[in-house]
Amino acid sequence: MAAINAIEVSHLTKQFGKKTVVDDVSFKVRPGEVFGLLGPNGAGKTTTLRMMTTLLKADAGQVMIFGHDTVKEGRLARSMFGLTGQYASVDEDISARENLMIFARLNGLSRSDAKQRTTELLNEFSLVNSADKALKNFSGGMRRRLDLAVSLITRPTLIFLDEPTTGLDPRTRTQMWDTIRRLVKQGSTIILTTQYLDEADQLADHLAIIDHGKLVKMGTPAELKQQIGGSKLTFKVCQTAQITAAVQLLTPQVGQIQQTDSALSMRLNQVNQLNTILTMLNQAKIKITQLAVQEPSLDDVFMDLTVGKN
Amino acid sequence: MDVQKHNGSLIMNTATMAYRNLLKTVHNPDRFMDVIVQPVMFMLMFGYLFGGAIAGGVQAYLPTIVPGILMQTMLSAASGSGPQIREDLDSGVFDRFKSLPMAHIAPLAGQLFADSLRLVIATITSLTTGYLMGWRPAVGFGWIIVIALLAIFTGWALSWLFALVGLLAKSASAVQSFSLIAMLVLSFMSNAFVPLHSLTKPLQVIAHLNPVTYVITAIRQILATGSWTHEAGLVLGVDVVIVLIFAPLAVWAYDRN
Repeated sequence: MAAINAIEVSHLTKQFGKKTVVDDVSFKVRPGEVFGLLGPNGAGKTTTLRMMTTLLKADAGQVMIFGHDTVKEGRLARSMFGLTGQYASVDEDISARENLMIFARLNGLSRSDAKQRTTELLNEFSLVNSADKALKNFSGGMRRRLDLAVSLITRPTLIFLDEPTTGLDPRTRTQMWDTIRRLVKQGSTIILTTQYLDEADQLADHLAIIDHGKLVKMGTPAELKQQIGGSKLTFKVCQTAQITAAVQLLTPQVGQIQQTDSALSMRLNQVNQLNTILTMLNQAKIKITQLAVQEPSLDDVFMDLTVGKN
Repeated sequence: MDVQKHNGSLIMNTATMAYRNLLKTVHNPDRFMDVIVQPVMFMLMFGYLFGGAIAGGVQAYLPTIVPGILMQTMLSAASGSGPQIREDLDSGVFDRFKSLPMAHIAPLAGQLFADSLRLVIATITSLTTGYLMGWRPAVGFGWIIVIALLAIFTGWALSWLFALVGLLAKSASAVQSFSLIAMLVLSFMSNAFVPLHSLTKPLQVIAHLNPVTYVITAIRQILATGSWTHEAGLVLGVDVVIVLIFAPLAVWAYDRN
């Protein structure tokens, strides 16, 4: 028998009023991978996540967590994952240590186990020095770390992260990424939603791009980039008078050319084409500057696949 | 799979949730201010302002007003559960509670058990203020405990109702204004401060329909006779019914949120 999937989502659908926010979404997540749900604001990422984590009832469709139906076996399914929401879901009025203790107890740990786990997590997430301060004085990064620590109390093999780095500064974001990588190394499966493409590119093994509630594309970051086509060539034409000539000259070679002021950009089918293009420009005596060849990025995929009118 | 071996029991979960709410209160002692300041203020103001006009003197008025203010304070303390729950729901912490493998009534029950501390403090403050103003009930201390417990249990039952309102309302401020109006109407449109026969007929009808009137009557009877009365039994029974109706409704509203 094949290894059981960490998550199987089939035909998940949710309507708010007349608006379908999640529309027949299906995907599978294998154990041990990082699965990214990518999409513009309001695309339905968080709604999908809330249904997967039993916080919201689906109108149709099914979610299985390690083979357990989240509706029929809700309590069992809930015991298998940790969730870190978009908004820090920790108690403001009490300290980090107290938060961890309470959630450890609620997760069924005995008092002594809870104490031990709390100390471990405070160390692991470098919160020891502020452990007994009220959360009101915490920075955004510390709050997120505590939030993540709380969802890791039971060492769940499956972790949901809803926009884990939104609103964090670059340094804290990199720290968060390191933490996520460490969790993966320890064998966790991670589902994360994000609107940051570099984050998805850096972390995710598989990506699902969601737009207007529909799953528009799924694959590894490399596969998705490949679909966009080859590398992108950009350069500037030195003399503005020659821009039109350059466009006319190259269009038969590369197809569509995008023009911004004196900068031209085009897709290459093969990198070898670069040679031909440069020769042609040279023969036509068109001088160019600031030449760059870029591998396709997830940004391109994103722009290409999402309408972005949410 | 390395998940925890056992799920905490309902009682354990509720105890932890109650501990959480107590901690929150301990870190924010101002949450007790309303249940301390309000009974003292009302007892002094009403006693000294209206005592002469209504009963011919402060001393004569105290047996009327002490149970009245006690119940008014219970109402106001109970109504505090609504906004508290709404705030919690809005803060995102409840999302986490819901995603935990525990009974869904535990967060609510924990909140309401912790809130009963407010009720206890409110009761002690009300009765002590009365005592300091010269209130000396003829019955023994045991019966004072009985009426205190009856008042606290009634307040606790009512806090389930306010919790439901908190769960159904859109915002904490909406709950707050509803609670304030409910508290004012229920406490003033009753026999809490004035003898019922002094009211006009339509007001008498309203006061007779007001459940608070019956609780206050029951408390006054116990304090006057030093015995458990039929009315007291009725109040206790209704309290139990309120909990049996509104606790499941609150859990339903919580699940739906």
